[in-house]
Amino acid sequence: MEKTNALGQYLTLFRIRFIAGLQYRAAALAGIMTQFAWGGMTVLLYRAFYQSDPAAFPQSFEAMCSYIWIQQAFLAIFMVWGLDPEPFELIKSGNIAYELCRPVNIYWMWFVKSAATRLAKAVLRCMPILIFALLLPRPYRLVLPDGGRLVLFIVSLLLALINIVAFTLLIYISTFYTLDSTGLRSLMSTLAEFLSGGLIPLPFFPESFQKVLSLFPFAGMENTPLQLYNGTMAGMDAAFGIGMQVLWAGIMIGTGAVWMRSALKNVVAQGG
Amino acid sequence: MIEVEHLCKTFTVSRRDAGMKQALGALFRREKETIRALDDVSFRIEDGEMVGYIGPNGAGKSSTIKVMSGILTPDSGNCRINGLVPWKQRKEHVSRIGVVFGSRSQLWWDIPVTDSFALLRDIYRIPDDVYHKNLSRLTEMLSLQQILRTPARQLSLGQRMRCEIAASLLHDPAVLFLDEPTIGLDAVSKLAVRDFIRQLNREKATTIILTTHDMQDIEALAGRIILIGKGKILMDGDTGQLSRQLSPSRTVRVSVRRFADIPLPQGVQLIEKRGEEGGQLIFSVDTEKVPIPQLISLLSAHLEMYDLSVENVSMDELVLSLYRKYQI
Repeated sequence: MEKTNALGQYLTLFRIRFIAGLQYRAAALAGIMTQFAWGGMTVLLYRAFYQSDPAAFPQSFEAMCSYIWIQQAFLAIFMVWGLDPEPFELIKSGNIAYELCRPVNIYWMWFVKSAATRLAKAVLRCMPILIFALLLPRPYRLVLPDGGRLVLFIVSLLLALINIVAFTLLIYISTFYTLDSTGLRSLMSTLAEFLSGGLIPLPFFPESFQKVLSLFPFAGMENTPLQLYNGTMAGMDAAFGIGMQVLWAGIMIGTGAVWMRSALKNVVAQGG
Repeated sequence: MIEVEHLCKTFTVSRRDAGMKQALGALFRREKETIRALDDVSFRIEDGEMVGYIGPNGAGKSSTIKVMSGILTPDSGNCRINGLVPWKQRKEHVSRIGVVFGSRSQLWWDIPVTDSFALLRDIYRIPDDVYHKNLSRLTEMLSLQQILRTPARQLSLGQRMRCEIAASLLHDPAVLFLDEPTIGLDAVSKLAVRDFIRQLNREKATTIILTTHDMQDIEALAGRIILIGKGKILMDGDTGQLSRQLSPSRTVRVSVRRFADIPLPQGVQLIEKRGEEGGQLIFSVDTEKVPIPQLISLLSAHLEMYDLSVENVSMDELVLSLYRKYQI
């Protein structure tokens, strides 16, 4: 009874954030435009590369285009750098005091809020991009995978969301100690962007480097779902990729929850 | 019941002088100072009491409130509020208390107040019937009808404070902490807030702990005051007894048609004389030496008075003299 009620609290937080996220229509429209333009540019850029030597690339140009369109459609989930400014402000201004007066676990409250914000943005923005990309002529269009791959992709995408949110929460918690996380924020989000395949798909890296990267949490934030979508990751590789996502989600959530508890013990809400 | 025993909390504050040289120096060597925000603080508050917690800025008032509301973990000492240790059983504890920080806001700034309330209802898991009952009662008592549907950012400070107080009471807390609830409010809003707090304490027997710098708040609300200075409890007692004990002196103002010479007994001093032929005379009286009735009969024997008033030392002066007495 107690458990289901507790879950209800977090569902409410999720719902409210989700609804709030859906109301920013102008922002969504601007985001969609940007992502069309950015996706188109990237496609053209890779077309130039592929034209010079298609054999030099580890995946076909069609797969590359699908990769780019899916990446753009779900950018709101994948963008590690798209951090919610609220926790930073709460910590800096001391309004965290009110958060601490609520009968909820702060870690999970922030987790749920962040996940809801990202998901709401993605839901609002993905459809126009997906439809547009499906209607494009070959070879630029988005290719739909078969049902099995689609299911794997969706599962992996949700795991990526959990990984990214757990990772960003670690950045939030560090703010308790540094008070201003601008430096750490830009360092970590750039690093994550690069190592997760956000900038260049991971298969483009040297093989040995790829092996190392697959052990890091970043691969599971973007590379794994996108490779699963394209079928470039299948069988044992797919199982390994999803396994790493689950493992890192567990590690980062566990670390975050414990770290949050110790941070709150030392928190001093100044003034007032 | 609130039991606080031997609470201690220290903060480290770094200091440096202004200027480039000092800033560069601080890169290598920092001057740190330890401040004892709470130094062996103990007190007990019974259910249904209304207590004013006073002290100058930086005395440790807010730190105590933060410890009691589960925000701050003390270095040592004990605190039990209705059987729970705030920083250890934070979630259970905070669901039974209400907190208002006068200088902060708990309302979402860009959504109507009623949406913020609905969110609090879910966070505190308030049953629907209780929520509606409390909301309509609070709406009536704090006259919120007009402002509930306004986004918090468009409220005036007085309106916002009324909403903040309502927000902290939706879940029927047994204890309410008010940290400077009247800060920045105009006279009308202050009176409204005070009336409400008094009514709440009377009708619901909510235990109320109030910190403030406004002595009129204390006079109007608190039956008991706890004075803290430099992290130590300096005094704990009821307000009336305090003012009697502290100052047996009164100020007596009389308005007379025509001045005359009066032989003043020991303990009575003429402080001021206003007017030429006739006007106002202000005396300071030590009531232990000369009781007020005796002074009045003396004055009326010599003067043709048409007005007379006897004034207590104001709460502000009282607290000032306390601060002076304890050198804080």
